[in-house]
Amino acid sequence: MPAIDLSTTPLRELNQSLHALAEGNNETEWEVLNPDGRHAVAVGIDAPVSVDIRGPVGYYCGGMNKQATVTVHGSAGPGVAENMMSGKVVIKGDVSQYAGATGRGGMLVVEGNAASRCGISMKGIDIVVKGSIGHMSAFMAQTGNLVVLGDAGDALGDSIYEARLFVRGNVQSLGADCVEKEMRDEHLELLEDLLQRSGITGVKPSEFRRYGSARKLYNFNIDNADAY
Amino acid sequence: MCGIVGLFLKNEALEPQLGALTSAMLATMCERGPDSAGFAVYGQSLDGEAKITLQSSSPEIDFPALAKALENEIAGAVKLTQRATHAVLTCRRDELDTIRAAVRRLAPSVRVMGVGEAIEIYKEVGYPTAVSERFELKGMKGTHAIGHTRMATESAVTTLGAHPFSTGPDQCLVHNGSLSNHNNLRRSLAHDGIQLETQNDSEVAAAYLTWRMKQGLDLGQALEKSLDDLDGFFTFVVGTKNGFGVLRDPIACKPAVLAETDDYVAFGSEYRALVGLPGIDTAKVWEPEPATVYFWER
Repeated sequence: MPAIDLSTTPLRELNQSLHALAEGNNETEWEVLNPDGRHAVAVGIDAPVSVDIRGPVGYYCGGMNKQATVTVHGSAGPGVAENMMSGKVVIKGDVSQYAGATGRGGMLVVEGNAASRCGISMKGIDIVVKGSIGHMSAFMAQTGNLVVLGDAGDALGDSIYEARLFVRGNVQSLGADCVEKEMRDEHLELLEDLLQRSGITGVKPSEFRRYGSARKLYNFNIDNADAY
Repeated sequence: MCGIVGLFLKNEALEPQLGALTSAMLATMCERGPDSAGFAVYGQSLDGEAKITLQSSSPEIDFPALAKALENEIAGAVKLTQRATHAVLTCRRDELDTIRAAVRRLAPSVRVMGVGEAIEIYKEVGYPTAVSERFELKGMKGTHAIGHTRMATESAVTTLGAHPFSTGPDQCLVHNGSLSNHNNLRRSLAHDGIQLETQNDSEVAAAYLTWRMKQGLDLGQALEKSLDDLDGFFTFVVGTKNGFGVLRDPIACKPAVLAETDDYVAFGSEYRALVGLPGIDTAKVWEPEPATVYFWER
């Protein structure tokens, strides 16, 4: 199992080694030591490997991830798992703003809290936050699922398109065109699966409320023509 | 972009290391602000004494001669400590106004960077590590320090445009962000007799807080008021003789990380800035909430 110590190995070397992994390679478990808040740790991986990062990371950790499972044993800075395509990114601590931004696939699990703009412009990613999320989360979210076990800050789901938002706690306020929606059987099933895949037990899907788009904002409405 | 670091010591035993810790923190923020850098250090204040930090843009300045001339003015002692382009004058507190007026008359090109019982301010254009080496930040002692690395957006890259800004005795402010109503505010502050040195938006924020504190508010209350009156993006870190405050605007897109232990409160634009602090692994580390005033006082 390769262990890369970032206090002695340049970050670029780590990322290049991870990018060079060919199909069928045997080095499937990686460990990264002393990340010390560095930016862009383990970005752009495209291989079914696991990477355990021991300590806090800075901006964009696990960005553009494909296939890999990246676990941060600490907190993460802004833009964690930004534009993830597939695979899984798990953060044991808290995350800063715009976690999972524009993500197209895969799963982001935050065991602590997420700051503002969590899931901004998400495009298919599943995001599960065990704690609470900050203001303007899921802004312009397009598709995918955001699950929050705690509370959501101001203006949740502002200008949302088609993503599904599930919040167990209190929502401070909903953004423009975001409304509470009925929780149907298909949603309970979906939520059950998301909770199970993110390793959460003892929490029932029925404890959540669902929020989504009222679909009034993103289609052009001839009655609003005067406003332009 | 800009980078901010701040360290407010609770444990006296760390005071000899204040400069070394702050300089290591500042060095991690070079990429965030390679244009210029500056820092305010709050050192030991002596009863009845005051400090004036002067800066000269001309390398020919003869600070010792200026100090001599000032001694003649007040018929008393003026202590001088020169560091590169800056010099700190220490004089009796009741002679401060006389000294300030005399500096203006005797050396009109010399700028007053800050005045107070504890504060010393150093700032220059240049790469942050070079600036802190030039002023020998590493060796400085004190109770708290605030540093800034600048990537200019709102005004020119000049010494006076660098942070911190000091607009009142022992007060300083550093800023990451940009204000959009600073011109209007500058005019209304001028109306109340507050003169600003630059066209910089952050200086207006500093002067605004000074103005509020002159009205009798403490730093925490002044920061609270600024949420109503300042429009724009900001993360501020501010210092007073005994206090240390942090404020982010309600949108909070400018980064901020706080850490606290029994020994200190520390601020960094990023966690990277805090990595070298003693006991950081077990510190309480968090992001300050938007539109929430954080304020410590000893």
